[in-house]
Amino acid sequence: MSTFNALVVEQIPRLRRYARALTGDRERADDLVQDCLERACSRGHMWQRGTDIRAWLFTVMHNIHANQARRYNNGPDFIPLEDHGSASAVSMNHGSGLELRDLQTAIAALPAEQREVLLLVCVEEMKYEEVADLLEVPAGTVMSRLHRARERLRVLIQGTGRPGLRRVK
Amino acid sequence: MSHRSEPVTDSELHAYVDGQLDLPRRVEVEAYLAEHPEAQERVDEYQMLNQALHRLYDPALKKPIPSALVRAASPRRWSGMAVRAAVAAGWMLFGGVIGGLLMYETGVEERASLVAAHLVRPAAFAHTVYVPEILHPVEVPGDQEAHLVKWLSKRLHTQLQAPNLSGLGYELVGGRLLPSSDRMAAQFMYQDNEGSRVTLYIRRGAWENTETAFRYAREGNVGVFYWIDGPMGYALVGQLEKSRLLRLAELVVR
Repeated sequence: MSTFNALVVEQIPRLRRYARALTGDRERADDLVQDCLERACSRGHMWQRGTDIRAWLFTVMHNIHANQARRYNNGPDFIPLEDHGSASAVSMNHGSGLELRDLQTAIAALPAEQREVLLLVCVEEMKYEEVADLLEVPAGTVMSRLHRARERLRVLIQGTGRPGLRRVK
Repeated sequence: MSHRSEPVTDSELHAYVDGQLDLPRRVEVEAYLAEHPEAQERVDEYQMLNQALHRLYDPALKKPIPSALVRAASPRRWSGMAVRAAVAAGWMLFGGVIGGLLMYETGVEERASLVAAHLVRPAAFAHTVYVPEILHPVEVPGDQEAHLVKWLSKRLHTQLQAPNLSGLGYELVGGRLLPSSDRMAAQFMYQDNEGSRVTLYIRRGAWENTETAFRYAREGNVGVFYWIDGPMGYALVGQLEKSRLLRLAELVVR
């Protein structure tokens, strides 16, 4: 196996994590990853050796996903919660901390563009500039999407009650 | 805090949470947070949110990789039909998956320990045995490369090649046949003009049909890059920086 393929294979778990989070569906996620890997391998010559292969692969995947979303623009990844945009509408399990299921539902309710930024920053831990490059939007746009996504999800945390809240320094 | 710096913006609170501020500014933001409980609360909540997102999504990192995905990322040796057939075959939880990547899965773990026991460790050991030799580092010297390669190919029942590493300043010293854990192995030795030596260890193994990426292991004071190609396992061993050893490994597979 060539180095290029080996490097690509190393990224599969992270590509799957992102695809899973992005689509909210296991099978669609793996289809997306598969499309991404096939396209990446058929265009390996377009990756510049020495540059970050993860960023390149995520760009490939983002483009495929964006195209698919455009093609089936009536079938978004999630069934949107009509006008329940605010996560406060999601029932909260008091006392036992943040319910991951509620979080998932709230993420599903985010506009796709906010979801992408939130996931790339908070889960993939990419730098803001990397995210801006990847999505081909200005850095200021990344910040405002991140801000809006976080503010909408923060409601969930606030619903978990003070006693569980610890200051994390 | 008597020292007043630039006012802290919303964006900087996010950057603080995401670890994207430089140190001096981070210190200033912390001072600001100490005086602004409502901002501190927001930062805490953002941090809890980050942690929750990881709890929600990180388990996907540890899921076994369907073999179709590994194949999709492999060199084109498979026809589209074969790939689709494999996809249709669905999830193959324990088979056909790359070594080390999935150490959490027992089947793979066994394979990884097979590779460690029969490839990585013997390769590292053979390296440490022969590399310090002044008089007899190899059995057949590099100036008889054609003979050496023909002989080792015959004994290992496969067509071997002594890769050319001169691009990185390493010349073939020669090679030898070795008894490995349960089979024979070939060892090629290379040396640069400063006397640094690396060895390439090749043998057959029961890891057939697995495809692996380059993997790296440390054995004592030597580093080993190893990979599987069909029935053959390869291990490049050296006492040099990982990045340099990797570049050599890349030359080997070229």
